[in-house]
Amino acid sequence: MIDLEFAINTISLGSLYALLALGLVFVYGILKLINFAYGEYIMIAGYAMYVLGGFGYVPWYVTLLAAVLFAALVSYTTELVAFRPVRTKSMTAMLVTSFAVSIFLQNFVLITVSPRARAVKFPPVFSQTLTIAGATVPVRNLLIIGSTVVLLTLLTIVMKKTVLGIAMRAAADKFTTTRLMGVPANLVISATFIISGFLAGVVSVFWVSRSASVDPLTGSMPLLIAFIATVLGGMHSLQGAVIGGFVYGLLFNLLSIMLPATMISYRDAFMFVIVILFLLFRPEGIWRKGYTEERVG
Amino acid sequence: MLKVENLYASYGAIRAVHGISLEVAEGELVALLGINGAGKSTTLKAISGVLRPIQGSVMLYGEEIGNRKPEAIVKKGISLVPEGRDIFGGLTVEENLRLGAFASYDRARYKEDLEEMFGLFPILKERFHQAGGLLSGGEQQMLAIARALMSRPKLLMLDEPSLGLSPAMTDQIFELIVTLRERGTTILLVEQNAERALEIVDRAYLLATGSLEFAGTPDEMKRKVDLTSVYLGGDEDETCEVRL
Ligand SMILES: Nc1ncnc2c1ncn2[C@@H]1O[C@H](COP(=O)(O)OP(=O)(O)O)[C@@H](O)[C@H]1O
Ligand SMILES: [Mg+2]
Repeated sequence: MIDLEFAINTISLGSLYALLALGLVFVYGILKLINFAYGEYIMIAGYAMYVLGGFGYVPWYVTLLAAVLFAALVSYTTELVAFRPVRTKSMTAMLVTSFAVSIFLQNFVLITVSPRARAVKFPPVFSQTLTIAGATVPVRNLLIIGSTVVLLTLLTIVMKKTVLGIAMRAAADKFTTTRLMGVPANLVISATFIISGFLAGVVSVFWVSRSASVDPLTGSMPLLIAFIATVLGGMHSLQGAVIGGFVYGLLFNLLSIMLPATMISYRDAFMFVIVILFLLFRPEGIWRKGYTEERVG
Repeated sequence: MLKVENLYASYGAIRAVHGISLEVAEGELVALLGINGAGKSTTLKAISGVLRPIQGSVMLYGEEIGNRKPEAIVKKGISLVPEGRDIFGGLTVEENLRLGAFASYDRARYKEDLEEMFGLFPILKERFHQAGGLLSGGEQQMLAIARALMSRPKLLMLDEPSLGLSPAMTDQIFELIVTLRERGTTILLVEQNAERALEIVDRAYLLATGSLEFAGTPDEMKRKVDLTSVYLGGDEDETCEVRL
C-alpha cells in the first residue's frame, strides 16, 4: 500500500502545503497577524495566468513567472496601502484590515472578470505522467517537489546568510530591538510580504493547474490548509510551518487510502478533528521552538 | 552633545516622564539614577526613539531628533543597550554582532570592530557560533554591549547593565564601563545601584516619579541626597547590592 507512487505523491502534496504554510507564517512571524488575504494572492496569481494565457502569444513560462511575480507585487501593495497605515494600531484593526483586503480582492475580480470560474491554460507537461520504477507519477508532482527543494534552499540561504534574512529572523523575535540596530521596520515588513506573496504565487501555479480553472473563491481552500498546517506544525517558526505542511500532506493522503470509500467525503472532517485535538493537547504545534509574541509597535 | 529639554513621555494614558531636562557632553560618563518605576527606562526609550516624546526636545549635536524613528536615531549615533539585555536568543553571537553593525556597515571596518570586541570580550570569540540564548546572563550583557558598540555610537546608553548579574559579574561590567569611558566613549548609564554608579560617573541625575529630583556631581549628590532612599524599594537589586 505504501509504495513509491504513494511516497512521491505524498511528498509532493506535503511540499505544496509546506510552501503554502510558509507564506502564511512569514508574515505571522513579523506582524503576529494571520493574514486572511493570503489566499487572495493565490487567487490573483490564478487570474494573472488566465489573462496572460488568454492573449495566446505569451510563452507559458513567461505567463507562469509573471503570475508569481504579480502575486508578490499584489502582496507588497496590500502591505503598503492597507496594512502599513494600521500597523501600530490594535491587533483587531490589523485582522479586520486583512479581512477587508480579502473581500476587496475577491470582489475586484468578481466585478472586473466574472463571478464564474475561468479556464486557465497550462502547458501539456502539467498533465503528463511519468513512469518511475513501475510507479506512475504526474510530472506536475515532480515539478512541485523540485520547486520546493529549490525554494527552501534559496530561502534558507537568504535567512541564514544575508543581512536582510538575519534581520528578518531577529525582527520575528524582537521587533523593536531589531529597529534599535538600525534596521528599518518598513524594510523588514515589506520583505516579508514580498516573500509571502512570492510563495503564494508559486503555490498558485500548482494549485490552479489541478483544476485548470480559477474563480473568485479559489483562495479560500489554500488559506484554510495553510492555517491548519501551521496549527499542526507550529506558528512560531519557519521550520514549524514546513513540518506542518508535510504532516498535513501525509495525514491527508493516509486518510485517503485508509478510509472506506463511503467515508472519503468526510476526509476534511477527519482533518478538522485532528486539528482540534492538536489545539487541545499541543496548541504550540509539533515544533515548539520559535520566536516570541512581541507585537510590532 | 546630547541635550534633552522638558521631555514628556507616556504609555497611552499613563504618564511616565514629565518635563525632564538633561545634558551629556562629549566624553562624559553620566548616570541616571532612581528607584524602580522612576522613569529611567522611559527616558532612554524616548531618546532612542522607541517611544515618541509627546512634548519636549531631544537634540544631538544641535540637531532635533525627538520625532525620528529608532532606526534613524541609531544611524545618527545613539545606541541603546535595552533593559534586560534583549539579545536575539535564536541568532548566533556572530549574527547578533552583524546586526549591531547594520546602522553603519562597512566591510573593512566591520572586521576591525569585531577584533576590537574580541579584545574587550574574549568570551564572545569563544562563543562566536553559538546561539545568543545559550549564553549566561553576564555573557549576554557583554554581547548586548558589544552589539551596541558595533555601530560605533557617539553616545552609548546602558539601561541597568548590572541587573540580575552576580556580584562578580557586576564588578566586571562596571570595570568595562570605566574602560569604555577611558577609550573615549560617551556614556549615559541608568542604574538602580546608585552608590556603585556614583563611584565611576562624572555627573548624575536623580529621577523620582517621572521628574528630575537632583542633578550634580557624585560628591554633591552624596552630600545632599539620602542615597538609601534611591535604591531601597528596588525589587531586583538583591544580586547587585552594594558591597563596599
Ligand atoms: N510598557 C509600559 N506600559 C505602561 N506603563 C509602563 C510601561 N513601561 C513602564 N511603565 C510605567 O512607567 C513608569 C516608569 O517606568 P520605567 O521608565 O520603566 O521606570 P524605571 O526604568 O525607572 O524603573 C512606571 O510607573 C511604569 O509602571
Ligand atoms: Mg527600567
